[in-house]
Amino acid sequence: MPLISFTDKGLYCAQGNFYIDPWQPVDKAVITHAHSDHARPGSQAYLCHHHTLPLLQLRLGQGHYQAVEWNEKVYFNEVTVSLHPAGHIIGSSQIRVEYKGEVWVVSGDYKTEADGFSGDFEPISCNTFISESTFGLPIYNWKPQQEIYHDIQNWIRTNEVANKTSVLIGYSLGKAQRLLKAVEEVTGSIYVHGAIWNVHETLTQAGWKLPAVQRITPDMPKETFKSSVVIAPPSADGSPWMRRFSPHSTGICSGWMQVRGNQRRRNADAGFALSDHADWNGLLKAVKATGAEKVFITHGFQSAFSRYLNEIGIDAHEVKTEFGTEDEESQLTN
Amino acid sequence: MRSSRESTLKACIPLSNYRIIKLSHYHIMYSFAQLIYKLSNSTKTNEKLQALVEYFLHGDEKDKVWVIALFSGRRPRRTVSGTQLTVWCTELVNLPIWLFQECYHTVGDLSETIALLIPEKSSYASNSSPTGGGREGASREGAHPLHYYVEKFQQLEKAAEEEKKAFILQSWQELNSRERFVFNKLLSGTFRVGVSQKLMVNALAKTVKLDPNVIAHRISGHWDPATTTFTALLSEQSIQTDHSKPYPFYLAYALEGTLHDLGEPADWQAEWKWDGIRGQVIKRNDQLFVWSRGEDLITEKFPEYAILQNRLQNGTVIDGEILPYKDGLVLNFNVLQTRIGRKNITKKNLQEAPVGLFAYDLLELNGEDIRHLALTERRAELEKLVTSLQLPWLQLSPVVAFRSWDELTSQRGQSRNINSEGLMLKRKSSAYLVGRRRGDWWKWKIDPLTIDAVMVYAQKGAGRRSNLYTDYTFAVKDGDKLVPFTKAYSGLTDKEFAQVDAFVKRNSLEKFGPVRTVKPELVFEIAFEGIAASNRHKSGVALRFPRISRWRTDKPPDEINTLEDLKKMLELYGK
Repeated sequence: MPLISFTDKGLYCAQGNFYIDPWQPVDKAVITHAHSDHARPGSQAYLCHHHTLPLLQLRLGQGHYQAVEWNEKVYFNEVTVSLHPAGHIIGSSQIRVEYKGEVWVVSGDYKTEADGFSGDFEPISCNTFISESTFGLPIYNWKPQQEIYHDIQNWIRTNEVANKTSVLIGYSLGKAQRLLKAVEEVTGSIYVHGAIWNVHETLTQAGWKLPAVQRITPDMPKETFKSSVVIAPPSADGSPWMRRFSPHSTGICSGWMQVRGNQRRRNADAGFALSDHADWNGLLKAVKATGAEKVFITHGFQSAFSRYLNEIGIDAHEVKTEFGTEDEESQLTN
Repeated sequence: MRSSRESTLKACIPLSNYRIIKLSHYHIMYSFAQLIYKLSNSTKTNEKLQALVEYFLHGDEKDKVWVIALFSGRRPRRTVSGTQLTVWCTELVNLPIWLFQECYHTVGDLSETIALLIPEKSSYASNSSPTGGGREGASREGAHPLHYYVEKFQQLEKAAEEEKKAFILQSWQELNSRERFVFNKLLSGTFRVGVSQKLMVNALAKTVKLDPNVIAHRISGHWDPATTTFTALLSEQSIQTDHSKPYPFYLAYALEGTLHDLGEPADWQAEWKWDGIRGQVIKRNDQLFVWSRGEDLITEKFPEYAILQNRLQNGTVIDGEILPYKDGLVLNFNVLQTRIGRKNITKKNLQEAPVGLFAYDLLELNGEDIRHLALTERRAELEKLVTSLQLPWLQLSPVVAFRSWDELTSQRGQSRNINSEGLMLKRKSSAYLVGRRRGDWWKWKIDPLTIDAVMVYAQKGAGRRSNLYTDYTFAVKDGDKLVPFTKAYSGLTDKEFAQVDAFVKRNSLEKFGPVRTVKPELVFEIAFEGIAASNRHKSGVALRFPRISRWRTDKPPDEINTLEDLKKMLELYGK
C-alpha cells in the first residue's frame, strides 16, 4: 500500500486517514491553497497554513479549520504532516507526509520565482514527489517578473498618453495582488472589481500591507476611471461591466499569453505572460531538487512532462486528478 | 533615382517626421517585428493602418520595399524545410524531437515554436514586451535590418546545407523572441498577417499622398524588391517600364439585402459566376503575360494561350476566368486542380485537363486604359475582339438574359447544372474599379450543398486556435461502419469551439501523433460548394470548400447521412 493513493475523492493517505485537496467531501482534508479546485467545500475538518485560513473562510464559510505554520509538525496516527512554502499564492503550501522514514511531498500548485508574499518555494527532499505540470512544455519560459512588471508599467504609461484606461485582467486571488505591486509604482488611482475587492479586504484585515485600492461600484461616474488603472478578474473580460471604462485598453496577465494565438483568441490589446505557476525550467529544477525516486505528474501537460522526465532518468508517472479548473490552469474560462 | 519624382514623394512626408527617422531602431529587424506584432494583435483597422503608416514614414528605405512585397504576396522563396528547422532547433536547445512536436502542436505554428524554444539572450529579452519598451537601440549587437535577412536567404538559396544552417543558427541567437518569430516566418515562406493588401495600399496612399487606386496599380505585377527602391516603385515610372504590369482586379462582395434593393433589372447585367482561376491576359510589347488574381505570373502554365501572343494586338488586357473546358462544356474545378500545382505541364495533363478562357471584361484596348468606360461599352469592345479571334476555347462569359428579378432567381437555380457557382450582377454603367467594392458589382452564389456528419478525429488548430481542438474530420455512415470523408476547420463560434474542445479532451479514444480519435457523438452539418470523385480518399469523394454550417445538437449520430447519400450527390453534381 503506497503512502498516498489516488482515489475517486482525491489524494488519500490511508495510514493517516486524511486527504490532500480532495474534490469530494471527506472527514479530514489537508489543503495546499485556497483556489477553488484545491479547496472544495463540504469536508468535516480542514488543515491549512495560517495565511490560507482567512481565504478559506472567505470562500468556504464557517467550518472546522486548523491552521499551522510552515514546518510545524502535525500527526495523523503515526504519520507526520508538515506544510512548506510553494510560492504559488499567499499561504500556498507543499504538503510533506512522512511515515516510518518514507517521505512523500505533494506540491499543490507552485512557482519557483519569489513574488514577495507567497513565501519562497522550498525544495524538499523526498522519496516520492507529486507535482503539477500546468506549464510543462519547454515553450513556457517566463521572463523575470521585474521585466514583466516593467512591461506592464510601460504599457500603462502608453495608455495614459493615449487617454485610455488600463484594464488589467488577472485572477482575483494571487495574480491581482502581484499586479498591485507592479502598478502602485506608476499610479495612485487603482480601481478593482468586487471579486478582487473581497480578497483584498480579507487580506488587509489579516494584516497584509497592500496598496490602497477603490472598489468599483455601479454609482461611480464614468469619468472616475479616466486614465486610471483597473484590475478585474477574467470573468469580467468581454462583459458589459467593462463598458464603463471606455476608452480602455485590456491587458491579460496569464502564463498562457506566452503563445500569440491565445492572446489573439482572447482579443486582448496586450498579453503579459505573468504566471503563478512554475515554467518548464522551474518544474524541472523543482523535480530534480527533491531527489525523489518516483514522481507523479498531475494536471497540465502531464504526458509530455512525465515522458521527458523518464527520458532523463527520473521515474515519472501521469496521474489524473480534478485539479486545474480554476485560476490560470484553465485557459478557456480564464 | 534621378527624376523629379523622388523629390515630389519626399515632399509629401511632413518634415516633422524626419527627426524620428533618425531613431536608429527603425532600421533594424526590431521595427519590423514590432510592426507585425501590432498588426497581428490589433483588431481595429484604423490602428493597423496607423501602424503601417508609421512604418512607411520612418522605416528603413530598403525594408519598406520588402514590406510591400511581403504584404502583397511576394514572399521570398522557401530555402529550408520545416524538418531542417525542427532538427536544427532541437540540436541547439538539446531537446528530443518528440517534445518539439508536442510544443508545435500546442503552439500551432512552427516559427513561433522555435522562437519560444530558443532562450533569450541577456536582458534584451525585454524588447519582446507587448509595448515594445524603448530602451533598445542601434547599439544592439548583431541587429540587422529586415532586408539583410531576406536578401541573405536569397543568396543562400543554392548554398550547401551547412552554410544555411550556420546562418540560421547565428540569426536565431542574435535576434530576440519576437524578431526570431518573423525571421522564421520569412524563412519558411508562410508569411501571413492579418493585413489585406487593400489596407497596405491605403497606408501607402496615406503616406505618400496618392490615390489608393494609383498605388494598387503601381505595386502590381512583376518587380524585384531587392533592386527596386521605395520611391521608384511608387512612381509613375514603374508602369511605363513594366510591360507585364496587370491592373488591380475588381472584386465583388456577396449580395446584401434583396434583388429588389438593386432597383431596375434593366440597369443590370447578369453573368454566371465561374469557379476557376480569375486571370488577366496581357499583350504588350509583343509579349504575352497571364496573371492570376493572386498576382502570380502563370503564363507558362497555360501553353494553350500562347497563340494569343500573335493574335492579340499590342496594348490589350482581358479579364477572364481560366476554366476546365471541353467540347463546349465547363468541367468541374477538380479537373483543373490536377494541373495547377505542377511545375511542368505534360502533354497528358493538357489532354486530361483542357482549359478555356471565359472573357469577362476588357481593361485595355490599343494601349489605352479603358477601365473608366461603362461596362456596356467595354463589353461591346470585348465582344468584337473575342468574336474576331474565333478561338474555340476563348469564349465570352455568357450574359444571362432576364426581364424581372423573379426570372433571374429561377435562372440561378440552374447554376449547378453547368458547373457555375451562381450569378454575378454588374451595373451596366459601372466602371472597372480597384479591389473589392460594394455597390456596382455583386456576387450572388447558390446555396451550398450540405450533409450531416459525425466528428471522428480532432486535432489542435493553429494561430488563434492554438492549443484548442478545432480541426476536425467527419464521417458518414456506411452500414454500421463510419467512413471519414472530409475535414473542416471553420464555421463554429469561439464558444462552440471551446465546447467541442472540452468534449474532445474528455472523449478521446486513441492518440495518433497530434490526432485524437473521438467518440463519434457530435453531429455537424457540413456545407460545401462542390463534389468530385477522388481516388485519393477512402470515401471516393473530394469536397470543395467544406466548412461546418451548424452544430446539430438536435441530431443523434445514428441519423447522419450515409455514404450512399454522398454518392448520389456525386452522381448529380460531380461531373
